[in-house]
Amino acid sequence: MDFRPTDDQRALQAGLRDLLEGRFGRERLRAAVDGPDRGPGLDRALWRELGAAGFFALRLPEEDGGVGLGLPEAVLVFEEAGRALLPGPLVATHLAAGTVAGAATGETVVTMVDGGLVEWLDAADRVLGDAAGAVPVRSVDPLTPLHRVPGVARTAPHPEAVLLTAAEQLGSAVRTTDAAVQYAREREQFGRPIGAFQAVKQLCAQMLVRAELARSAVYAAAVTADPVEIAGAKLLADDAAVRNARDCLQVHGGMGFTWEADVHLHLKRAWVRAERWQTAGAAAEVLAGAL
Amino acid sequence: MDLTWTEEEEDFRARLKAWLGLALPKLPAKPDPMDWPGRRAYDTTWQRMLYDAGYAGLHWPVDAGGQGATPTQHLIFLEETERAGAPYVGANFVGLLHAGPTIAAEGTAAQRARWLPPVLRGDEVWCQGFSEPDAGSDLASLRTRAVRDGDHYVVSGSKIWTSHAEVADWCELLVRTDPAAPKHRGISWLAMPMDAPGVTVRPLRTLAGSTEFAEMFLDEVRVPVANRVGDENDGWRVTMVTLSFERGTAFVGEVVACRRTLGELAAAARANGRWDDQELRRRLGRLNAEFTALWRLTQWNVSEAQRTGGVPGTGGSVFKLRYSHARQELYDAAAAVLGPESLDLSHDWTLDRLSSLSYTIAAGTSQIQQNIVAERILGLPKGR
Ligand SMILES: Cc1cc2nc3c(=O)[nH]c(=O)nc-3n(C[C@H](O)[C@H](O)[C@H](O)COP(=O)(O)OP(=O)(O)OC[C@H]3O[C@@H](n4cnc5c(N)ncnc54)[C@H](O)[C@@H]3O)c2cc1C
Repeated sequence: MDFRPTDDQRALQAGLRDLLEGRFGRERLRAAVDGPDRGPGLDRALWRELGAAGFFALRLPEEDGGVGLGLPEAVLVFEEAGRALLPGPLVATHLAAGTVAGAATGETVVTMVDGGLVEWLDAADRVLGDAAGAVPVRSVDPLTPLHRVPGVARTAPHPEAVLLTAAEQLGSAVRTTDAAVQYAREREQFGRPIGAFQAVKQLCAQMLVRAELARSAVYAAAVTADPVEIAGAKLLADDAAVRNARDCLQVHGGMGFTWEADVHLHLKRAWVRAERWQTAGAAAEVLAGAL
Repeated sequence: MDLTWTEEEEDFRARLKAWLGLALPKLPAKPDPMDWPGRRAYDTTWQRMLYDAGYAGLHWPVDAGGQGATPTQHLIFLEETERAGAPYVGANFVGLLHAGPTIAAEGTAAQRARWLPPVLRGDEVWCQGFSEPDAGSDLASLRTRAVRDGDHYVVSGSKIWTSHAEVADWCELLVRTDPAAPKHRGISWLAMPMDAPGVTVRPLRTLAGSTEFAEMFLDEVRVPVANRVGDENDGWRVTMVTLSFERGTAFVGEVVACRRTLGELAAAARANGRWDDQELRRRLGRLNAEFTALWRLTQWNVSEAQRTGGVPGTGGSVFKLRYSHARQELYDAAAAVLGPESLDLSHDWTLDRLSSLSYTIAAGTSQIQQNIVAERILGLPKGR
């Protein structure tokens, strides 16, 4: 047993982090939110680059043109996507690779109806599920266009979609922890960095604990692929992403409440993901049922 | 990311399970929780059985009398002994989990030879004399004095919250050997015999009504200089080694026990109809996620220790923070399952609920652990 990622897995994760930093760094993120070309548009060129980097084909067998890796590797790259707040129907397209032509290479953008919601409907080339009668929503998350689909009953969640979403939540929780810690080291009040004040320290420590517990849960569920562990991973990762974003906002004080600070983007995306694939209540029922 | 066991580890597990199946029925009946001499006898009997079977000090280094097992094997040991319902370390807690490892890491050859074998055999029980009435979280402000007199220290002062003091043979004692030095610099770590003249133990009642800890008064107690572990006035560094063991590994086995309890809670709730309460059911589901993840976090920490080999790192504080709160939530949920029965002290879960209140205090309060995480892991500035 060696639970920690192997050197190859670390290298894969670092590779995607570098790619995203170069291609979708802070400036691109802000341009997507604030720029003149903002709107329902998805950065197709970036989508194809992700395809070329194997993001969507990661788990397809090599003989089918895929990378031939497994869920643990997928979880590591989705963690990076969550960290960078990468927009788009990433989970749906990843899952469609191998069944929908062009999804694996990033040529085709695929979205999926889930729980009466569908994201990126206008930008997608293919919609899985019945989106008839979809009405646009004024999405809380500026980088996730949403439609509501009336009359759709929640179906049993796709376990891999649940897990990959949890991995994105983990990445976001880690990122907001880093941001809070960095701000706490730099911002001075009463003649010292606010991170020297215990009340601030304790918020940061709790953020780390939430993120690390979520990491253990998400990584283990990726190894075992056990639906009960996956439910636990989603529950804890939702919690870490949402609560860490809130605490990060608190550490940033008034600055945290502005549009300029990125933390609201993390919080809003975390809220969207918490509503998707398996909610906390549904996950808790699965976990209770297993006792 | 590998959660499978090697063939060697599976063999180890199978042998251990087989042995547990034979050994546990031979244990005497569990003593009354208030009967400390009875509990000492029970816990040391179990330790002797472990020793005879080659499982004592499993992960201690071989030159300290241990088996030199890997951290993973130690994890399997904790998992299987808990699963089989074997006794927890109990009265051997301090000797096995922190005084022993500290002596193994910092003691001389003679000190190891004197103190480690009796701990492993269950012949001697240790207690921890760190806290004082005015030195709890601020441990380094301790005042118990040790004045050199030839080849002895003469120790005077008092200690408090000393668990198992009533039944201990030895005490890992922190004393001030240089009152003029800055507070962290004048401390030494001594092994004090509990039967030395001048040691008085006065049991303190806990909120659960038992006397699991005590006050200790030290009146000119003579302790040989040879009993000092580490250099004179270097005791704070030695203490940090002790505390990293205490926080790093000491609670791990209990996670398995909590998962077992959670299963029992679900069964009880199904039997008494409270399972139909959605809120309660989901609370138990959530705890399932917590304890499963805490176990995975342990495997993560053990993987880390396996790689670096040696003293567990600050990851132990992350674990302890979450675990201590989760344990309290577990027994609050137990009370919700029991309903009015939760007010009955004869129910184990009621006593466990009371004792769970100590987890966010003992071995460093949650507030102090958060400071450690913030300063040593996250690198935030020291301050107040
Ligand atoms: C069941 C049990 C068994 C124990 N066994 C032993 C033993 O065997 N040997 C031994 O030596 N000790 C033992 N202890 C003592 C234990 O280590 C101390 O109780 C603990 O370290 C806290 O110290 P204190 O009780 O003096 O509380 P205090 O330090 O007075 O703390 C009181 C409150 O103030 C908070 N606080 C204090 N300082 C700070 C700070 N800097 N920042 C934020 N908050 C702060 C604390 O978190 C706490 O909430 C035991 C305690 C218990 C409950």
